[in-house]
Formats: sequence, structure tokens, C-alpha cells
Amino acid sequence: MNDYRGIFADGLWNNNVVFAQMLALCPLMAVTSTATNGLGMGLATTAVLLASNIVVSSLRHWIAQEVRIPVYVLLIASLVTLADMAINAWLHELYKVLGLFIPLIVVNCCVLGRAESFASKQPVSAAAADGLAMGLGLTLALVLIGACREILGSATLFSHASLLLGPAFTFLETTLIKDYHGFLLMLLPPGGFLVLGFLLAGKRVIERVAEVRGVKEEFHCSVQ
Amino acid sequence: MISHWLKPEIRQSAGYPILLLGGVALLVSTAIGIANFGTHADIAQRQLEDLQVTLQQVVPAEYYDNEPVRDTVTIQEGDRSVQVYRARRKGQVQAVSFRTTAPGYGSSEMVLIVGVDRDGKLLGVRVISHAETPGLGDKIETSKSNWILGFTGRSLSDPPPAGWGVKKDGGVFDQFTGATITPRAVVKSIKGGLEFFATHRAVLLDEASGGHDQ
Repeated sequence: MNDYRGIFADGLWNNNVVFAQMLALCPLMAVTSTATNGLGMGLATTAVLLASNIVVSSLRHWIAQEVRIPVYVLLIASLVTLADMAINAWLHELYKVLGLFIPLIVVNCCVLGRAESFASKQPVSAAAADGLAMGLGLTLALVLIGACREILGSATLFSHASLLLGPAFTFLETTLIKDYHGFLLMLLPPGGFLVLGFLLAGKRVIERVAEVRGVKEEFHCSVQ
Repeated sequence: MISHWLKPEIRQSAGYPILLLGGVALLVSTAIGIANFGTHADIAQRQLEDLQVTLQQVVPAEYYDNEPVRDTVTIQEGDRSVQVYRARRKGQVQAVSFRTTAPGYGSSEMVLIVGVDRDGKLLGVRVISHAETPGLGDKIETSKSNWILGFTGRSLSDPPPAGWGVKKDGGVFDQFTGATITPRAVVKSIKGGLEFFATHRAVLLDEASGGHDQ
């Protein structure tokens, strides 16, 4: 019996790719200048993570220890190539927004990391859940950072979301301040590092508060 | 469970990792080959549509009744070849469009597309791709500024050659606050494009051998 609740809690919060494992920072800095780009990159990475975890997990009994890393790299690289072709052919509008960044998924170490540390030791269903959870956790982080940078940098939120999700999602596109002159620093990579730093600090604070509360509750229980 | 599939002695043999790696490589290349076969027509079609959209921005629709993306001529100039798209109406070339490049700020190239009518007058210029600094050099995009539209209607004689530069260099075109290198390179590149048109005019207009098809 696998603990799916635990897997999702790990992926989304406790062991979040960005906020806990501090992986995938390179594509993170590159794409998160807007929330929409972050969302697109997050979803594309989730798809690749899910597929690579399933493939690696189902081949785990055949893969020899000595060559496992080259095999994983081969599998991941070809999955990304397939995703790249599919998006280019059938989701061309999205490709125009994300095209440059899709090949970057190959060098996203969280994909290889999950293959090595989770999928290669777990049954297919658990590996699939882990891929999905880690991917969603990454998406969450990318959207959060993208949103902060976009709001501070250009005072918009989810601009061009209709390009990514279709015309039905035009309502997501918000302009917060008209005639905003922009805060260039936020759109450049240093802005990404700044936002990431504050969000990490925020996560620590939340965990700290939760911990203190937990201790207090325990104390109350023991007094009673 | 796996013993049916794979005997331990095979798994432990020296050749197994090699076979495994080779097998996986073969498998994934086959998958990519099939996917390429399945998507390559769609991708080519999408790219053609993209090009069509770009060409429409630099050559107005009233200039042609053909499909400029399919009516091309390739000019070899030095070590690079330039593909020129001809816009014809009633068989006569009314305007052409082609790509030109400019060195950007930093190491990357900017790619522009220019549309020129029969008389060497610019119908439009757009930057297709660039890696200029956001907020400074990216005013060459139409989504950020109207600057690039200022070239429409210009030609090699308007302004005269000495005026083909940014104001800082004594020319007639504006530079941007905080960015001179990008507009300077763009101006130079557009001028180069017009000179290219002037040099190859007869061939581009399909009038090299008396003005009609054999």
C-alpha cells in the first residue's frame, strides 16, 4: 500500500522541487517573467515528469545499475523531443511562447532526480503519482514566482493567458495599473532570485509558525 | 517475478549493459523517427503560416494576388544566401520582402524582415527575433513602441545617404533613451537591405531577361 497522500504532500509542499529541493532553478529564472509563461513551462514539465517516471518505473527491473544514468538521460531526452514536436505541430500558439524553453526541460535536473531517487525503486502507480505531484509542485512554484515578478515588473497578471489556454481564458488577463512604467529589475534574472529568496523565507516562516503551534497543542494535550 | 523474463546469468553478463543501452537507444530513436514522420508535415505547414503572417505585416495585401511565400528567389551574396519573397499582381512583381540581420547589443543577432516596393520604397519593417535588453533595446518591437513604423515610406534617397543613421550620429532616425547601439544596428541593417534590393533589382523583380517568363 502506497501513501499517495504523503506523495502529494511531499510534491506540493514538504519536498517541493523549487522551495525545498532547490532544483530546476535555471529554467525557473529563464521563464518566470510572467505567470503565464510559468504555467506553460510547469505544465510541459509535469507532462514530461509523469511520462519519464512511468517509463523509468516500468523498465526498472531491466535497467542495469552500471548504465542507469545514461539510460535515464536517453529516455528523458527523447520524451522531451517528442513533447517538443507535438507542441510545435498541434499547439503552435503555445510553441511560439514557450518554444525556446521546451528543450530546457532536458536539463531540468528534477526530472532525472525523480527518475533516480523515486521511479527506479517504486511501482508504476506510485511513480506516476510522484511525477504528477512533483510536476504540480513545480508548476505552483513557477506560477507563484511568475505572478510576483509580473505584478512588480509590469503590473499585469496572466498576460497572454489566452494564447496558452485558449480564448476562453481571456478573463484571466488583468492589468493592475494602467500606464505603469515597469520595474525592469523584476523582469531580469536578478528579480527572479529576489522573489525566490522572499518566497523561501516566507515558507520558512509558515513552517516555523506551524511548528510552534504544534508544540503548543501538544503541551495543552499533556496538561489535560 | 522478473525471472521469467530475464535470467540472472544474462543480467550479470558483461555484455548486458551494452545491449541494454544499445536497445534503449534503438527504441527511442525509432520512436522519435515515427514522431518526426507524423508531425513534420504539420510543423512545416505551421511555419509557412507564421511566415505568411509576418510577410503580411511588411507588404500590404493590395500589392499582390499570388502567394508570396511560394514565389521565392534565392540570391547568393558573399557567403550567405537571402531568400526573397515576391508579391505579384497580375503576374508583375509589385513588391518583395526578405530577411536581413543586424548584430545586436551583446552577442546575438537580430533578424528583421523588410518589404520593399518596385521603386525601392520601404513598405514596412519588422523585427522577427532579437535578444535585446527588455525595457531598453526592445523598443524595436511594435508591441513596445512605434519606432520601427517610422521607416515606412523611406528609401535610399529619402533621407539621403548621410541621413541614414541615428540622430546621435547626425542621421534622421531617433535613438532610444539609454540605448543607441540597437537602433544604430537596425538602421544600418535596413539601409543594407535597401542596397541589396538596388543591386539585385532586376533579378528580384523578375525582369532580368526582358521582363517575362520564358
